[in-house]
Amino acid sequence: MDHQHNHSTGSPRELPMARSMCWHCQSEVSGEYFCERCVKVQPVSKELDYFTCMGFPRRLTIDPRQLETKFYELSRAFHPDFFQNKSAEEQSISLGNSAMLNTAYRTLRDPIQRAEYLLDLEAGAVKNIRTSPPADLFEEILELQDTLDEYRAADRASDASATLCSKLQTERTMLERRQQDMETALQQLFAQWDALQDRGEATDQARAERDRILKHMRDILSNRTYVKNIVNDLVATIS
Amino acid sequence: MARIVGIDLGTTNSLVAYMDKGTPRVIAGRNERNMVPSVVAMTDNGLIVGDPAKEHLTRNPARTVYSVKRFMGKSLEDVQGELTYFPYTLTEQGGVIRFKLGEKTYSPPQISAMILKELKLRAETHLGESITKAVITVPAYFNDSQRQATKDAGMIAGLEVLRIINEPTAASLAYGLQEKTQGTIAVYDLGGGTFDISILKLKDGIFEVLATNGDTHLGGDDIDRLIADLLIEEVRERYGLDLHAYPDHMQAVRLEAERAKVQLSDVLKTTATLDLPDGKGKFSRELTRDQIESLTMGLIERTLAPCRKALKDAELTPEHIDEVVLVGGSTRMPLVRQRVRELFGKTPHCELNPDEVVALGAAVQADILSGGTTDMLLLDVTPLSLGIETMGGVMSSVIRRNTTIPAGAKEMFTTYVDGQTGVDIHILQGERELAKDNRSLARFRLKVPPLPAGVPRIEVTFLIDANGILNVLAKDMRTGQSQSIEVKPSYGLSDSEVEQMIEDSFKFAADDVSARKLIEARLDAGALITTTEKSLLEGGHLIAPEDIAVTRTALSALSVAKDGTDPRTIRARIADLEQATKSLTVALLNDSLTKGLQGKKVSEVT
Repeated sequence: MDHQHNHSTGSPRELPMARSMCWHCQSEVSGEYFCERCVKVQPVSKELDYFTCMGFPRRLTIDPRQLETKFYELSRAFHPDFFQNKSAEEQSISLGNSAMLNTAYRTLRDPIQRAEYLLDLEAGAVKNIRTSPPADLFEEILELQDTLDEYRAADRASDASATLCSKLQTERTMLERRQQDMETALQQLFAQWDALQDRGEATDQARAERDRILKHMRDILSNRTYVKNIVNDLVATIS
Repeated sequence: MARIVGIDLGTTNSLVAYMDKGTPRVIAGRNERNMVPSVVAMTDNGLIVGDPAKEHLTRNPARTVYSVKRFMGKSLEDVQGELTYFPYTLTEQGGVIRFKLGEKTYSPPQISAMILKELKLRAETHLGESITKAVITVPAYFNDSQRQATKDAGMIAGLEVLRIINEPTAASLAYGLQEKTQGTIAVYDLGGGTFDISILKLKDGIFEVLATNGDTHLGGDDIDRLIADLLIEEVRERYGLDLHAYPDHMQAVRLEAERAKVQLSDVLKTTATLDLPDGKGKFSRELTRDQIESLTMGLIERTLAPCRKALKDAELTPEHIDEVVLVGGSTRMPLVRQRVRELFGKTPHCELNPDEVVALGAAVQADILSGGTTDMLLLDVTPLSLGIETMGGVMSSVIRRNTTIPAGAKEMFTTYVDGQTGVDIHILQGERELAKDNRSLARFRLKVPPLPAGVPRIEVTFLIDANGILNVLAKDMRTGQSQSIEVKPSYGLSDSEVEQMIEDSFKFAADDVSARKLIEARLDAGALITTTEKSLLEGGHLIAPEDIAVTRTALSALSVAKDGTDPRTIRARIADLEQATKSLTVALLNDSLTKGLQGKKVSEVT
């Protein structure tokens, strides 16, 4: 899939609007959300990815303020509030576009969701949710599960419960640190990905690098989700 | 485009507002009051609404409905716990509550429609044009059934409800318009029956809701109840009388509790007084602010947990909140203000009238929809997670709470058995794990062509529109054909029921209108007779004897007309009397001015 988007030299297939003809006046629509001739709103194509739809290149570092500005700008263009006096068809397009825009913004705003989404686009990575602990945490997680079971069974007022609780607190701190380490590692991979994309090389080496980054990112993301769920479970148990 | 009005359909009071050259204004009634009490009474002369109906609360409690909003979108089972508090008879039909008033039964949307009609008429009288479109506000934490019920009420009242908007966000629109604020604000809205907290980001005319939370069963009504229970208990102890056996006195206690509560926001102590039944005389008791504060502290604490949850969902801490805005009459209570100040660490704003700000905001939203205001845009969220029931009775979330609306999500469905021709889908709303602990919204059956198991692929799109109301679409991915879905609401009126109610409302409208015109004319006549007699007593010596004679003649003519049945005659005699008393009114006014000026320094006069 071509992920470098170019407005000026695009064939109709590469334009942000997959639909190149205005639904209303049938004149050609040149990649904008409104027909130049009849000024009718155009439906955002379902094939369009969230990056393109919000006018951002497929990068993992996004300035949240720029993203917000774009979100507000497109909200002003699409929101059903501004289509109250328009035809049923335009109202329906406005509703669909707004819903899509809101999903796009929500996905791109959060760095983790953004990365998961990009992985999905680039490598078709289904969110593979881990069911077993990452190898390097295997022993610790098994032990933690035992401690959690013991704690759940223990009498809340007992000394044993207090000891278990403080042990769990220590585990929690450790796991949260692990989660943070993974997020730092992700940040570095995001930067590597963006740099590789900026260079735009089409060599075998670049392709190998691309695959390496994506694979590494996927591993860390799924480990992180696993650890995060364990931490949530832990917090819910001891609080 | 036809004018759109903004309506705050409240638990205790309702208001209608419109945009007047860029400024939202509440429309007052002929009694010059802005608020219409949300009370509907069935009298021998027909249905009456608002202030006159409120008088029937103690006179005819079994046929006078108040706090109807608490029943919107609810089943009888939902309100089982508080039935003892209400003097009217409730039944249920098709999952919807009905009020039994005399021979007929009415659903909550029908009762609400009567209040809406009153507001519609008020706006039509003031603006001199027919009003058919409205924006109506609901508590942010209202679920889909409650929103749908509100929309149904609008339709029954002959109003096209162009938008359902959330009360705290409506308030933020009015607030933002006036104060030109930028930054993060929290709107704390404690109304008559519901509590909402919304956290918004205001930037360049965009009002983006970050998170909302609340409790649709917590409000001023509950505070009144605690005070009333205290009074009832004391009456029982002192006189061995159980007031529960006297519905009219129960209403009087409720109103007295409310009055005491309101007064204790301004003063430190007051006296609650009740007429006791069976000729047992009067009961009176001193109430202090401290007493009602310790009594209601628990209720007020209950509003703080939703505030903390909303902050957490918005990923913010109290330090991030630039301003706190108070909405709803109950926020006048000093304890509420104190607790809000402590939670957010800043003094809340209350420059805008907390009773009116929601209606004003609804008028702003109405103006946005009609294309008048173009620089403001509200981006609201859905308050509750939407999901479907999956195997094992677990709820699987489809659209998470606090997702910006409009919001859409797609789910793919297939079959488990060869030749299966339908898939049952149960839609839920709520935050709990198990389907049974969440609110059931609707059920429907997807039609599937008979094929081997797993082959059919039906894509279902769940779309929450800008009103926070769910729409469902289904598409067979193999054939590309869309199918229409008949959604059966779990706790709502079906489309045909709503249509029937609209029809009924037209049929009875003519009768209702003339009956009401007569009732209102009589009420106005009565009020004018009373004030004229009082004026004659006070100012008779100030005017010429022939003027007194003219006034007396007009007075008795009005008394005769009032006992008749023609509202137009009554109106004509009212006008005559008003004309006749002009000299008396002027004389009294001059007299009071002269008296008022006596004993004042010159500097105070000029």
